[in-house]
Amino acid sequence: MKTESRLEKVLRAGHFAVTAECGPPKGSDASILQTKGKHLLGCVDAVNVTDNQTAIVRMSSVAACSILKNMGLEPILQMVTRDRNRIALQSDLFGAYALGINNVLCLTGDHQSFGNQKECVGVFDLDSIQFARTVKEMRDNGTIIGGEAIQGPPKFFIGAAANPFADPVNWRVVRLAKKVDAGVDFIQTQCIFNIDRFEEYMRQATDRGLTDKVDILAGVTPLKSAGMARYMAKNVAGMDIPEALIERIAGVPKERQASEGIQIAIETMQRAREIPGVKGIHLMAIEWEDRVPEILKAAGLHERPEV
Amino acid sequence: MIVAELKTIEEIRRMIDRYDSVLVVGCDSCVAECAAGGQRETMLLGAALRLAYRKEGQDRTITDACLDRQCVDDFIQGIAHQVPEHDAILSLGCGAGVQALARVYQDKPIFPALDTLFIGETEMRGVWQENCLGCGQCKLGWFGAVCPVTRCSKKLMNGPCGGSVQGRCEVNPDIPCGWQIIINRLESLGELDRLGEYVPPVNWSTSHAGGPRRVEREDQKP
Repeated sequence: MKTESRLEKVLRAGHFAVTAECGPPKGSDASILQTKGKHLLGCVDAVNVTDNQTAIVRMSSVAACSILKNMGLEPILQMVTRDRNRIALQSDLFGAYALGINNVLCLTGDHQSFGNQKECVGVFDLDSIQFARTVKEMRDNGTIIGGEAIQGPPKFFIGAAANPFADPVNWRVVRLAKKVDAGVDFIQTQCIFNIDRFEEYMRQATDRGLTDKVDILAGVTPLKSAGMARYMAKNVAGMDIPEALIERIAGVPKERQASEGIQIAIETMQRAREIPGVKGIHLMAIEWEDRVPEILKAAGLHERPEV
Repeated sequence: MIVAELKTIEEIRRMIDRYDSVLVVGCDSCVAECAAGGQRETMLLGAALRLAYRKEGQDRTITDACLDRQCVDDFIQGIAHQVPEHDAILSLGCGAGVQALARVYQDKPIFPALDTLFIGETEMRGVWQENCLGCGQCKLGWFGAVCPVTRCSKKLMNGPCGGSVQGRCEVNPDIPCGWQIIINRLESLGELDRLGEYVPPVNWSTSHAGGPRRVEREDQKP
């Protein structure tokens, strides 16, 4: 075992892992976060805590992770390189580990032009792959960038994102390989709506031997309505929502669209589970944390192993 | 070359309205190529200002002049005889030109008429593309002569990110994805293998991150 991470233990024991997502509030009210967190207690192996996602200012992901950790959840600290240079990134890693956080998801982050601080400087001192390598060198060599030794190196279970649906398509698996080479332990994918395309991506990853080196968690997002499906298809970068799927949700009355969206998510999770190399599910129920237990129960994934 | 755009007359006038006489100085190099501050644009701006003041019944002296290069001392001397007759200088040079004038004509207020944008190329008539950030350690040789630092909105060295769709950047579909261009080019050259290797963090200290840069060469000094 490389770390104290619960997620690592679950995966190493050969269990099918389940992670969920928890977005910190747009302010300092910890109770909002705690309410969301309560829904996830006991039904997931770990919880991703987003880092100013879509470049919207929110409570710091390090602080939010610490609050969730104190409630008994296993946080995965999302960190984007958009907002911090290498001094701040490395410093926050030290701090996060000192607070008992054992997992980090290394991201570049959405461009600041998406958010509510469009006039800011995007830092991008490191990219996500360089950042993942930095976390690995901290853990395995006990050094920061430049080679200086660390007093009490943080030992993180290292994650990264992968988008099987972005362009150029023939480059997606090459980039996954670069992430694996950089030292990534687990991957959480972008929301999967086009499961056929995801299956093809996994086949390529398996052929390259990548699924032996990294644990891939399939990203799933339940759609709340046909409107949300259309909005995401049009406005979210690198999202592939097939027209047939949108039509399926649009085909049921408005009041039943949410349950249809959940049904689709359940089917996606069940199918993803059968794909060779998929080691778990990452359920991103956006502002829908309260529905996570029932969705997981319906998918037969709610009982989490003791490790 | 340096690419720039003319500011609005309103913004320019907020800077110069307090002076009775203004010398409008163009630069016939980069900013002429991008049709922002060359001889023609200088003449047009001078005429526009004269017209605007005349319409308001204000008596102003607006004189046009144009230097071949506003960022080189020897050329800057070309307006030395006109400078004393004016209260201020309005420069249609890039940011470097404006500051060079200010260094040479220390007792004269100098104002920019342009917004300086970037180092780029004229892709076709009327289209200018940014393609160099002047980072101080050119890595174009590893990326098919397409700069990831400049052409990728996130400066990814191990790109592309997950937001590229049909060759367009997530920031704006008007922006071509720099990484798509890099990959296409290396693929067509049969050198895609160059991208398989991990690229370590950039040393930004040779860029502006290391403070304002200056080159001094003894072999070139008088």
